[in-house]
Amino acid sequence: MFEHYLNIFITTVFIENIALSVFLGMCTFIAISKKIDAAFGLGIAVIVVCIITVPLNNLIYNFILREDALVWLGIEGTNLEFVELISYIGVIAASVQILEMFLDKYVPALYTALGQFLPLITVNCAILGASLFMIEKDLMFGESVVYGFGAGFGWALAIVILAGIREKLKYSDIPEGLKGLGATFIIVGLMSFGFMSFGGISL
Amino acid sequence: MSLKQYKEVIFKPLIDENPITLQILGICSALAVTNNLSVTLVMCVALTSVVAFSNLFISIIRNYIPSSIRIIVQMTIIASLVIVVDELLKAYDYETSKKLSVFVGLIITNCIVMGRAEAFAMKEKPLLSFFDGLGNGLGYSLILIGVAIIRELFGSGSLMGYEIFTLVSNGGWYLPNNLLLLPPSSFIIIGLFIWAIRTIRPIQIEEDDFAVSKHSTAPDLTKRELNV
Repeated sequence: MFEHYLNIFITTVFIENIALSVFLGMCTFIAISKKIDAAFGLGIAVIVVCIITVPLNNLIYNFILREDALVWLGIEGTNLEFVELISYIGVIAASVQILEMFLDKYVPALYTALGQFLPLITVNCAILGASLFMIEKDLMFGESVVYGFGAGFGWALAIVILAGIREKLKYSDIPEGLKGLGATFIIVGLMSFGFMSFGGISL
Repeated sequence: MSLKQYKEVIFKPLIDENPITLQILGICSALAVTNNLSVTLVMCVALTSVVAFSNLFISIIRNYIPSSIRIIVQMTIIASLVIVVDELLKAYDYETSKKLSVFVGLIITNCIVMGRAEAFAMKEKPLLSFFDGLGNGLGYSLILIGVAIIRELFGSGSLMGYEIFTLVSNGGWYLPNNLLLLPPSSFIIIGLFIWAIRTIRPIQIEEDDFAVSKHSTAPDLTKRELNV
């Protein structure tokens, strides 16, 4: 049982890394990776939001939206899958908002560290993407918790690595037109080729 | 409200303010769906129509949205439009919709849509916003189609599924570059696109975080100063 969960975790972090293999959350990935501190804060925020929203969306899918899911209420023959996108994004937006208020009230230290990144995360496609892939893979509740953590962790790992490389490149002499964005794209491409070598590993 | 303004909002996002190469918006889908030109075209049409119409609708109700809940309101409008696109695609082109998998759904969080809603549609008149959305969608499509043409032509020797270069395996001369079929190659192609655009439009070149100081004796400094 434990091995099964570990396998999901390793697969999500390395083989199907949400940033470097499926390319989600790229806009913030490239825009906020100039400094390691900021990248680290954003990474942690993504992990937290992923752990909360992916299992929540799993419950919503399995108990409300899925075909014949409302049987526990005594209603048969329902299929609400066409509203899944809007309900997932609603769950994400709402839980980010609640998390923000909760941190503000009870954990102010964490709020000052993560606060500025939280609103950004609502529109980060890594979060919505993790939920959609979770549905596509048809995971159970327990698996979805591990998947959510793995997805967030993989994204955080990738952005911290990229920020490290960009900080190192600060002093290098890059051709004028490639400076900044252009060079970042090419670095991410090379990193992503690197992550492809994890393909095929399974426990 | 002159004709010039409309022209500006449509043509500026193509090169001068391209959403992908300058504003860093909407990159995710640019990478994952570009290995095949016909799939890319479907994605471009889907995105362009969502941006244009979300800009139109958000701009129509812009004066009635309380600013504290504007993100949720925008999200709802965008998500509804994406659901319409998604259902249409499933009904009329099921094969492509399978290939695009989650990426149609991800148009909701595509930052071009949110970015333009926030930066343009909340301030400007409906029709102008519609054309701004159209322009940004086209700017996005321009880069995507460019990447897709390079990847499909050199990666599998064909365009839209028609063979352009005869492959060695079919008795021809062209040995396909399989590297280009792998998703990471699109990062590198976009990186080179950015380089090309910034060579034509030097105003987009980014400042150094740490410029070499004037008194440095680094040998390449004189060269750089001569260029300026």
